[in-house]
This record gives sequence, C-alpha cells and structure tokens, in this order.
Amino acid sequence: MDLLRFITAGSVDDGKSTLIGRLLYDSKNILIDQLEQLEKSTKNRADGEIDLALLTDGLRAEREQGITIDVAYRYFTTPKRKFIIADAPGHVQYTRNMITGASNANLIIILIDARLGVIEQTRRHSIIASLLKIPHVVVAINKMDLVGYSQDLYNNIVIDYADVAKSLGLKDITYIPISALNGDNIVDKSEKINWYDGKALLQHLEEVEVNTDVNLNNSRFQVQYVIRPQTEELHDYRGYAGKVISGIYKTGDKVTVLPAGIETSISKLEVGGKEVEEVFAPQSVTIQLADDIDISRGDSIVKSTDIPQTNNEVEVLMCWLDDKPLQTGNKYYLQHNSRLVRSVVRNIEYKLDVNTLQKEAVEGNVKLNEVVKATIKTASPLVFDSYQHISGNGSAILVDETSNSTVAAVLFAPNP
Amino acid sequence: MSQYRLNYLEQLEAESIHIFREVAAQFERPALLFSGGKDSITMVHLAKKAFAPGKIPFPLVHIDTGHNFPEALEFRDWLANEVGATLIARKVEDTIKQRNLTEPKGKFPSRNWLQTYTLLDTIEEFKFDCCIGGARRDEEKARAKERIFSVRDEFGQWNPKLQRPELWNIYNGRIHKGENVRVFPISNWTELDIWNYIRAEKIDLPSIYFAHEREVVEHEGQLVAMSEYVRLDADDVVIKKQVRYRTVGDMTCTAAVESTASTLDDVINEIISTKISERGETRIDDKVTEAAMEDRKKNGYF
Ligand SMILES: Nc1nc2c(ncn2[C@@H]2O[C@H](COP(=O)(O)OP(=O)(O)O)[C@@H](O)[C@H]2O)c(=O)[nH]1
Ligand SMILES: [Mg+2]
Repeated sequence: MDLLRFITAGSVDDGKSTLIGRLLYDSKNILIDQLEQLEKSTKNRADGEIDLALLTDGLRAEREQGITIDVAYRYFTTPKRKFIIADAPGHVQYTRNMITGASNANLIIILIDARLGVIEQTRRHSIIASLLKIPHVVVAINKMDLVGYSQDLYNNIVIDYADVAKSLGLKDITYIPISALNGDNIVDKSEKINWYDGKALLQHLEEVEVNTDVNLNNSRFQVQYVIRPQTEELHDYRGYAGKVISGIYKTGDKVTVLPAGIETSISKLEVGGKEVEEVFAPQSVTIQLADDIDISRGDSIVKSTDIPQTNNEVEVLMCWLDDKPLQTGNKYYLQHNSRLVRSVVRNIEYKLDVNTLQKEAVEGNVKLNEVVKATIKTASPLVFDSYQHISGNGSAILVDETSNSTVAAVLFAPNP
Repeated sequence: MSQYRLNYLEQLEAESIHIFREVAAQFERPALLFSGGKDSITMVHLAKKAFAPGKIPFPLVHIDTGHNFPEALEFRDWLANEVGATLIARKVEDTIKQRNLTEPKGKFPSRNWLQTYTLLDTIEEFKFDCCIGGARRDEEKARAKERIFSVRDEFGQWNPKLQRPELWNIYNGRIHKGENVRVFPISNWTELDIWNYIRAEKIDLPSIYFAHEREVVEHEGQLVAMSEYVRLDADDVVIKKQVRYRTVGDMTCTAAVESTASTLDDVINEIISTKISERGETRIDDKVTEAAMEDRKKNGYF
C-alpha cells in the first residue's frame, strides 16, 4: 500500500469541501461521533440535510463565514492507498495558501462548476499546477445534477479545458463528470451518467501511478545534521544525516561534496541505524564517507558523474507570500532545504499574471500573491538544479530577517 | 515492480525522521513532550532511528498531572532508560501549590487544563526553544490546519491567522527571543497508521493498551477507571470489566473501552471495525464545545 497526496482546487462554492466530505463519508472514513457533531452543527439548516463541507471547515472563523481560509489536511485510507488531502481556499487572495497546499501534491483535482464552465479561477489554478509541476491533473466537472447530467455540456467544457492544458503544457489530465452533493461518480460509477465510460474519481485516485514521479536518475542529497556520538565504541563515527532528495546511492559510489568540490566515496549507508547497501529517494538516511572532510549542515553530497549547478546567483520565479511587500535592497534569508544563506533580490524582470500567464511590468514593490521573475544573489554559493528538472533541489523559501516570517516561495531557474 | 518503492509507513517514517533532524539542527534547546501514550512512544522510536547510532539529542519532558496511570509512569521510566534519554518530569501538583491555583472540581476532576501552566513554567525553566509534540492532524478539526512547525508567542499562544506558509519539506524555525516553536513530526499519521507502525516495528507499549480487568464506573455511556481521584455519587456502581485504552492520558479524563483485544492484531482489528473516532470515544472533556480544541491551542495547550 502506498501514499498519494492531492490537493483540491476550485473557486468558492464549486464544491471542494463537499467533495472531500463525500470522499470521506462514502469511503467510510467518517465515524459516528464526528457525524453526530456534524448533525449538531447542521441542525439550524432549513433543508435538514447534513452539510458535508462542515467536516473540513475547521476553524471557527471559517465556520462563521462559511468559507475555507487556511489549508486543512484530511486523511483517508482505502484498502489500496493512504490519501493525504490538502483542502485549500480558492479566492485569489488565498493564492499563497493554495501554493502551500500544492507544493507537496502528486495530484490536483481542479473543480469546475458545470453551469459556469472554464473560468478565470480555473485558469489560475491550472497555472499554479503547471508552475509547481504537479504530475497528475484531474478535472472534475461538478454539479452535473444541476445541468441534467448533460453530455453535450460536459463535452464542451472538456474541449475548452483541453485548450488551457495545451497552452500550459499540462500532462496526464483526466476528466470526470461528478456531483459531489449526490455522490455521482465519486466512489461508485453513476447510473445517471451512463454515457461516461471512465473510472469513478476514487478508483482513479487509487490507481493513478505515482511511483514514477520519484526521480531515481539524478542523485541529490543535502546534509541536515551531523551525527557524532563521541562515545568510546563510536569514537570516530561521523554520519551525515539527511534525506535523499532524488536518485539512488550505493556503498562504494564515488561522490563529490559541494560546494567545496572535494571527491571521496561512500563507505557505509544506514537507514534508521541499520546498515544497507543502497538508499533511494525519498528515504531519510545516514551516509558515511571514506575520507575525513569538513562537512556541515547544508552541504551537498552528489555522485561525481552527475553534478548540479553551484552558483551564488540564481534566476528564479518567486511567489510573494507576505502581507508586507518585498523591500528591494533588503537582505532576506534564503532557505534551500537545510542550507540557510543571506540573500538579496535583484533585477525584477516582470510580473506573471496568474490568470493569463501574461508578462507585465512591475510597478512599485512586489506584493502579496504576486509571481515575479527575478535574480537572487546569495552570500555563499547554492548547489541546485532547476525546479523543472529536480523540484526537490530546485525550490527554496525566503525568510524576513526581522519578522522571521516565510515571505516567498522560490523556484530556481524557471523556463517562462 | 520496482525495488525502489516505499510503502506508506516507510514514507511516513522518512518524513518524521526528516522533521526530527531539522529540529535537532535548527534549535538550541529542543525537548520532546512525552505524554506516556502510544503517540509519544512512537515519536521516541522515530527519534531513536533519526539519530542512531547516537543518542536522542534532546530530553523527554513529562508534565505529570498526578492523575496518571501507574503503568504509564513505570513504562515512561523504563523507556527513557532503555533509549538512554534524559527524562525531565514536572508535576502539576507543584505548580498548583506554587501558583496557588484552584484545583478542578466535579465528579472527574481533570487537571488537563492546568497542565498548560506547568508546561509554560517548564519551558521557562529550561529555556526550551522548541517543544516536539505528538499531535496528529486526524485527531481534530483545528489540528487539521496546524503547521508542522507552529510558532507560539511568549504566552505560548497559537495564532491560526498568522501561520507561516509551509512549503515542500522546508521548515522555517526562526524565532524571536521568548517565542518557541511546537513541532509535530507525526502530523500526517492517523491512529491506524500509528498502530500499524507499532506492529511493524514491534514497539513496546504499556499494558493498559491491551485488554485487562479493571474497576470502572459508567458515566454518560463512557467507562472511567476507578481511582482515588474520582468522586463517586451515591448511586454510582463500581463494576469490573474487561477493558483497554485507546489513548493514555489522565485517569480522570480518559475513558476505557470494553474490549477483549489482548494482542496488537486484536487491537488493530478492533480499530478497523470500530465506528467511533479516538477523541470522541476516550476524551471526557472534549465534548463540551465544538471550538474547545481551538480555544485550548490558542492558550498554549500542546
Ligand atoms: N447541486 C449541487 N450542489 C453542490 C454540489 N457540490 C457542492 N454543492 C453545493 O455548493 C455549495 C458550495 O459547496 P462547498 O463544498 O462549500 O464549496 P467550496 O467553497 O468549494 O468548498 C454548497 O451549498 C454545496 O451544497 C453538487 O454536486 N451539486
Ligand atoms: Mg470549502
């Protein structure tokens, strides 16, 4: 049994919360006392139906306003898979929350209200999916019950969306007509939509191949923590603890420590204290090296045959996440996995309109939710790949030195 | 097909170990809040793996309400010794005396609320800048929205509106003096994941997780262990039942479930077939208001 992380996207009232509630409810992942609470919360409703959206709208402010403000994580399991759902808000002012939820997702469900078709929000969410390189897309055309389960309408929306997908280069797209409210094509195939010959949503989620999403070709590893027990038996033990970002490492592999550029080889590999012959992404491992080299947190260990870029200047695409705008000339900490360096943002070339992908001139400071192309200069070198190539080694955050807030999501060496 | 494939428990484990290592690297004085329950026992196991063959580089901190199950305390001492970790225990009893706090009243007087005082005093005493907690996001709706690295102000308060965005696997633990961070390495685990992992890794647990005979009183459909802390009413009947616990907290605020499950396999089968979620079944104080957890978290509760 493996794991699938997905995010639901759609604009307000497209039915995200209802869909998630329905998935949990119909796959029997809601339990009696949670149901009781739900019924209690729903008592005041005129129609007396339980409101599945209340299952996910957790914070009081959200219940009061009836909208989803922050990313909420939900879990459910079927005999085939464990699922982690990020339920993120859809308004444009919550783009940062959506990016947060999308950053770890293998799959995105883009909801479209069948009555409205492809709208600006659909486009924005698809753009975010393409920027963050989410490998799998499901376009769920919801509220089919409100359009008489019309096949023509569905087909037209599919044609419209295919245009969007093509312009963004989105791959692996699956279209499913659903009614989240009534449960059509969610867990079981709907009899009312007998013209649709694809899978129900849950079956698709259970069967979509995600293991190939892991890059096993390029070996990347960053040191998080140096283990030095310094006890009598382990006097000389020096283990470099970290996560395999991508690729595979084997005992005996010739490796290079970056940014220093020193060559050595792997003498021993451990997972959870047990010796192993090889390790692979995304395991958390400990590497021991043949030579005594000065290595600390944030240094990279890569196979000598396949070396990433080392530079203290990098072109980036950056989404601003903070209420306080970017202050050009101010220093920010850049955190690239475990490597923390001071940095400054230079040459803001253009702003990307997240609704249209148009490049626009930047006037004034970069503000909340804006996506810009820029150059970042760092006080010491970064060892990185382009986000397109190895996302785990091509992403970083900026941290405000004075407030300590996370203020930007950074993608290295972007194409657009 | 591929040998390079992790199952879901291995993926969760890898993520949690990564988080533990970030904590050890980013903070000067972290501590693991050890409640004695299966979640914190699992955390200790993960921490051990994260730093092997070295020792866990932070102490285990136990806030002792004085209403603990003796079996849980005994297990706590055994475990700390087994993994070679430092154990720091602080008693709510002492805080009540020092700060002249009012003892909780009622039939099942729970010191759950008062723990917060002792915890904040302990953080102050040791100048902890990070407390690792075993909360899971599947436990409760407010928790579902909390970050893995969750910044608390000087008063230990959580502000849900000011959460830092948390992207990819990059954790920002930078704080100002006086603030601290609560880190939840098992955020993405569910109750069943924990049990399956305990089985896969053969992790030892205190005996009260398995079926045993115990004197209990029935209260609003829940079974509460008979102990010196429970104030009986005239019409209460103390009965003997075969029970086990799904969570281990205070004797006064954790209810037992009737069960004959005496092995891990039995327990897991019971959980799979059960229809009541963990918090609802066993937390006596949670039913009060829907926003109870959100309020408590804002006030510095774990
Ligand atoms: N008729 C119909 N109504 C739906 C459907 N899905 C959601 N809704 C309704 O649309 C409204 C908004 O749903 P909600 O899940 O809160 O949307 P969100 O804002 O995307 O989370 C609610 O009144 C739902 O009951 C559907 O498939 N059919
Ligand atoms: Mg919603």
